[in-house]
Amino acid sequence: MRTAEFVARSAGALAVVACAALLAVATTAGAQTRFGIGRTATPAEVAAWNIDVEPDGRNFPPGQGSVVHGRDVYNAQCAACHGANGEGGVGDRLTGGMGTLATDKPVKTVGSYWPYATTLFDYIRRAMPLTAPQSLSNDDVYSVSAYVLYLNGLVPDSAVVDGKALTALRMPNRDGFIGDPRPDVKNADCMTNCTKAP
Amino acid sequence: MARTPKHPAGPDFDPDLAPQALETGASRIRSRRAFLRKSGALVSSGVVLATLDANAQGAVRTTGNSASPPAIPESMKAPGAPVGDKLYGVPSKYEADVIRNVPKNQAQYISSASRSPLGDLDGIITPSGLFYERHHGGVPVIDPAQHRLMLHGLVRNPLLFTVDELRRLPSISRIHFLECSGNPVYTKPYGKTASDLVGLVSCGEWTGVSLKLLLDEAGLMPDAKWVMAEGADAAAMTRSVPLDKCLDDALVVYSQNGERLRPEQGYPLRLLLPGFEGNMNVKWLRRLKVTDAPVYSREETSKYTDLLPSGKAREFTFYMEAKSIITSPSGGQKIPGAGFVEIRGIAWSGHGKVARVDVSVDAGRTWAQAALQEPVLTRSLTRFRFPWQWNGRPTIIASRVVDETGYVQPAFEQLTGERGVNSFYHNNAIQPWRVADSGEVSNANG
Repeated sequence: MRTAEFVARSAGALAVVACAALLAVATTAGAQTRFGIGRTATPAEVAAWNIDVEPDGRNFPPGQGSVVHGRDVYNAQCAACHGANGEGGVGDRLTGGMGTLATDKPVKTVGSYWPYATTLFDYIRRAMPLTAPQSLSNDDVYSVSAYVLYLNGLVPDSAVVDGKALTALRMPNRDGFIGDPRPDVKNADCMTNCTKAP
Repeated sequence: MARTPKHPAGPDFDPDLAPQALETGASRIRSRRAFLRKSGALVSSGVVLATLDANAQGAVRTTGNSASPPAIPESMKAPGAPVGDKLYGVPSKYEADVIRNVPKNQAQYISSASRSPLGDLDGIITPSGLFYERHHGGVPVIDPAQHRLMLHGLVRNPLLFTVDELRRLPSISRIHFLECSGNPVYTKPYGKTASDLVGLVSCGEWTGVSLKLLLDEAGLMPDAKWVMAEGADAAAMTRSVPLDKCLDDALVVYSQNGERLRPEQGYPLRLLLPGFEGNMNVKWLRRLKVTDAPVYSREETSKYTDLLPSGKAREFTFYMEAKSIITSPSGGQKIPGAGFVEIRGIAWSGHGKVARVDVSVDAGRTWAQAALQEPVLTRSLTRFRFPWQWNGRPTIIASRVVDETGYVQPAFEQLTGERGVNSFYHNNAIQPWRVADSGEVSNANG
């Protein structure tokens, strides 16, 4: 579309198009405002960059992975930082902590805290392993996601997961989040005879 | 430079969380030296001469400069360095210890943070080289000629921009603070210096393109409600931003403090969301995806959510509420003697302008209004000053900001009373400093 516009200008409609563009800029009329700078991203370019998967199941890539294969991937790629059983180390603890969130020592893990299993796939795919992100195949990401869920007791050792399965899996802390109520505290701007120390 | 090889982080310290308020010896020593130097004290001898001033108030004059200075200093006896000696200027060699404050002995520094040396800084603009850092996958090296910004999703016309193309568009410059939301956390060990405690705040002049302009160029679809931003770093940092903010004051930034962004600040492009927690201001910005719902990325679910004593956690806690801190005199510094002390500090609010800063020099029993240094800008650091005659006796000093919405900076106990101590993020409590009779200043929350 933008290329067509540029061609139109070059082809002699310069004055008319330029006037229209100036008007659009001057009125900042919203979606129609056009500077004619940048170019349209092609569907192939968008598809290649658009790696986010969403909790409602949108945009998962084809593929699947098993807990069994995930164990191998995990041991090779993850265990050094996250521990043999997800107990943590240099990297975050991934397992356990169920029932601790309301205690004095909450343990936030994939199993105890994360609201969506889809986020697990998304994050591993884009950012793990720390030293070589985006190096795992989609099937390996599915597999290691399945294995981390297995370590948390959320899928059986025979599980094979895909995008549908991750979307359908209800995480234990799915309803654990609330909106932002701030300002949640109100301090009086006392100037004299204030009783409370700062 | 001597540093204290002390590591306060316990074995359960999580380097991937916004780091705890850690003591760093270099910062503490430096702050003390700077304060003594500014006060004219002789650091080497440690001798502080106090003579009684003869004026009616009986104010005490402290002086450390009893030795007569040379009539002709060495700098006047020979030419200095020629023009062009440094094609990119650096601070004086005597300022070599004004540096970022990096926690010691972390297991890894790929996902970590460094703090601005707040106790050593003046004004509201943080030098780019001392701006706080928080990276989740290290600092990438990006060739701007190869870099692209993609804008797609619920738009009529998905767009791809080069950095040069973005620079052709109308350019906006504004001064805003940036602050990590874990600045500091609520749990011990508490920091010792201003930098340890709230050094994850900095302020700069940002230049870039209005995000609204870019979204208008692409043409928003009716269902558009959120914009997901993605970085081109090894973390592929991903955060969802409400569309309202993107259409308000958000910028796609290419310059900071007059020059191109530093690599640590997102070179060649970053998102700037004034007043929103630092993590959302995605660095090395490469993609903006307009969506109808948040993507619930790792950083907006398992991190940057605020756990309450009930076990529930607040999500999408974007705004940084009003905060202030006295940076001089502050923890690790030493007042050279009784007499005049100008209390100085910084205040800011994610909700707008600083309306007022009050200072207490008697442990919070009475408060008086400080002077605000112009300019007082929206979502920017603001300097305050308060003249004080210290009587040489122990006390506690603190500052308290009120922003233009009328919000009053709370006490730590008020916050923890509501949120508990495991909420991690958004601690904007009043920071009290204890002044000992020796003049030494320390964290009164110790």
